[in-house]
Amino acid sequence: MDEARPLWATPLQFVFACISYAVGLGNVWRFPYLCQMYGGGSFLVPYIIMLAVEGMPLLYLELAVGQRMRQGSIGAWRTISPYLSGVGVASVVVSFFLSMYYNVINAWAFWYLFHSFQDPLPWSVCPLNGNRTGYDEECEKASSTQYFWYRKTLNISPSIQESGAVQWEPALCLILAWLLVYLCILRGTESTGKVVYFTALLPYCVLMIYLVRGLTLHGATNGLAYMFTPKMEQLANPKAWINAATQIFFSLGLGFGSLIAFASYNEPSNDCQKHTVIVSIINSSTSIFASVVTFSIYGFKATFNYESCLNKVILLLTNSFDLEDGFLTVSNLEEVKSYLASAYPSKYSEVFPQIKNCSLESELETAVQGTGLAFIVYTEAIKNMEVSQLWSVLYFFMLLMLGIGSMLGNTAAILTPLTDSKVISSYLPKEAISGLVCLVNCAIGLVFTMEAGNYWFDIFNDYAATLSLLLIVLVETVAVCYLYGLRRFESDLKAMTGHALNWYWKAMWGGVSPLLIISLFVFYLSDYIITGTLQYQAWDASQIPTVRKQL
Amino acid sequence: MLWLLFFLVTAIHAELCQPDAENAFKVRLSLRTALGDKAYAWDTNEEYLFKAMVAFSMRRVPNREATEISHVLLCNVTQRVSFWFVVTDPSRNHTLPAVEVQSAIRMNRNRINNAFFLNDQTLEFLRIPSTLAPPTDPSVPIWIIIFGVVFCIVIVATMLLILSGIRQRRRSASLEFLQISGTRESLTSLGASCLTSCLHGAPTSNL
Repeated sequence: MDEARPLWATPLQFVFACISYAVGLGNVWRFPYLCQMYGGGSFLVPYIIMLAVEGMPLLYLELAVGQRMRQGSIGAWRTISPYLSGVGVASVVVSFFLSMYYNVINAWAFWYLFHSFQDPLPWSVCPLNGNRTGYDEECEKASSTQYFWYRKTLNISPSIQESGAVQWEPALCLILAWLLVYLCILRGTESTGKVVYFTALLPYCVLMIYLVRGLTLHGATNGLAYMFTPKMEQLANPKAWINAATQIFFSLGLGFGSLIAFASYNEPSNDCQKHTVIVSIINSSTSIFASVVTFSIYGFKATFNYESCLNKVILLLTNSFDLEDGFLTVSNLEEVKSYLASAYPSKYSEVFPQIKNCSLESELETAVQGTGLAFIVYTEAIKNMEVSQLWSVLYFFMLLMLGIGSMLGNTAAILTPLTDSKVISSYLPKEAISGLVCLVNCAIGLVFTMEAGNYWFDIFNDYAATLSLLLIVLVETVAVCYLYGLRRFESDLKAMTGHALNWYWKAMWGGVSPLLIISLFVFYLSDYIITGTLQYQAWDASQIPTVRKQL
Repeated sequence: MLWLLFFLVTAIHAELCQPDAENAFKVRLSLRTALGDKAYAWDTNEEYLFKAMVAFSMRRVPNREATEISHVLLCNVTQRVSFWFVVTDPSRNHTLPAVEVQSAIRMNRNRINNAFFLNDQTLEFLRIPSTLAPPTDPSVPIWIIIFGVVFCIVIVATMLLILSGIRQRRRSASLEFLQISGTRESLTSLGASCLTSCLHGAPTSNL
């Protein structure tokens, strides 16, 4: 049909493109959180089951459709049935929403990366207050890493109604992020194919380095033990299964049209079944790998905070009772406390309210996900490592690679239908279309650099794609199985690749996966309806830490 | 008589230097925290050095150049190590105002710290806040420099790619043109040969 459709130079480029798209920030900042919330090691059980039952079949479906139809999402679904071109359009619109807000994360990663070349790291110390006798008040109440994130990076306003002005620093970083994305997608698969070697492989290098460093940190084993201790009773919690299904679904990036776009640049004889299995297994293993790293960092941070808390208590007691310096240690703390309580009861009762109960468990239990994990918790751990500048640079470089990799997939989902359309591509060359898309996205993305921008980001992150994607993928599966016909599709695939379709895929596509998606869809819809007024976490300088406000 | 005088003097001294006395300051040292194994023992010689440093700080205040070491009184030394001190005037009857002592210590805090190998956290003067070191702000923030470098690289690379794309398209367009004009030539020659053969009754066209 199209004579000169660009192709991937090697099938390896296609695999790397899918990996770099699927392995994104969600693997690093969402999966460890889910693991922690839903029973540690036992979360792997629903996760792997959902991978086999939902993730792999749906991924294979999208790749097969893309490879068979050899067009972007709009054209592919129009070919399956003229009534279904809406599905393709829906995919493009959702991809557009995603690319609008997703690149802001890359802008923040750039910001932190550029600030990592200083000694000391700017988020490790609080700035001084006006008369230089103490530290800034907001920074004292929160922590220096939170202050740097909320005040220096975002300059966040107390509520979403107060939009504030566009902050020029994050705006500059956003423009740079979009320029970088434009550079990578400029020439279509020719340039994307080369970039994905980096965006797919470099994060693994950094993760390996971090794994070695993380496991050798003091207190890492606390975090790992906490995470991997299975809490089997969570298996009975339906939320664990729902979250496992949701995580697999969104982690693979189904429904955006990116996978269809990538697969459309394949040779028709490409064995996409093998690639499906490879990509989905690598994606899930990366999640587990990243959570090992994350939890060793958590353990280090929790142990560090726990020991600082103990040292503060020791200092307080030493100063109040004028004990010899170095007499009170962690080991004899409890017995000395009881001795002091009995020997100087009045003085002890004065000091007692200030003595904090230090607990390693409560430090470990602070489960964080999303930007909070990446930009607050990780930076807090990094600032306490030796040669923190190096670790900081490595970490934010990895975040950047992960984010850019996912952005390449998103923009491919938008651009492939546009360049496939005869109308548009006859007027404008490929470079101009890409440039226009990047320009529009960048302009709209400036909203997220305003003072209230992070609240908009949270809203988009939570609500922009969830229901739409579930619906899109449901319609896709039903369309291929029942509208186009499973038998017809099977024979198409056999003619294309030469392999027969395994009964497993047929069973999943026909029955299990659509049922799963329907139940997820019903669950989320009812969840939204029951929740009523939607809320968001606000950072108000007068009420630290974060407070929930209503939209 | 002499004994009475002696007791009187020590009594007055004791009154002047007391915990929470007027113009008295508490000092706290954390030797083991700061120096670990190399921590020295706090004895009367170290106290003498401390008195000397305080007297030195006071002598740098205008109008107080006559302060002697004997004017600095220490009391209530605990195991911590912590103690109280006051600075008296030459008559030894009154203590110098707290504000003067405070500003004198603040001016010379660094010298006092260095004399004992300690810092602001391990040699604490309660009620004398230390001036925190101002952050070193370079004139151009470092991040802007790095941003500028990366930005320029990306722009240059983008321009190169766009220009090479345009050049490639022009070259392939001119190649196509050459091909088309070449085909036209061969077509016209074909047409001419057909005319001659067609007039001889060959099938009119299967073009």
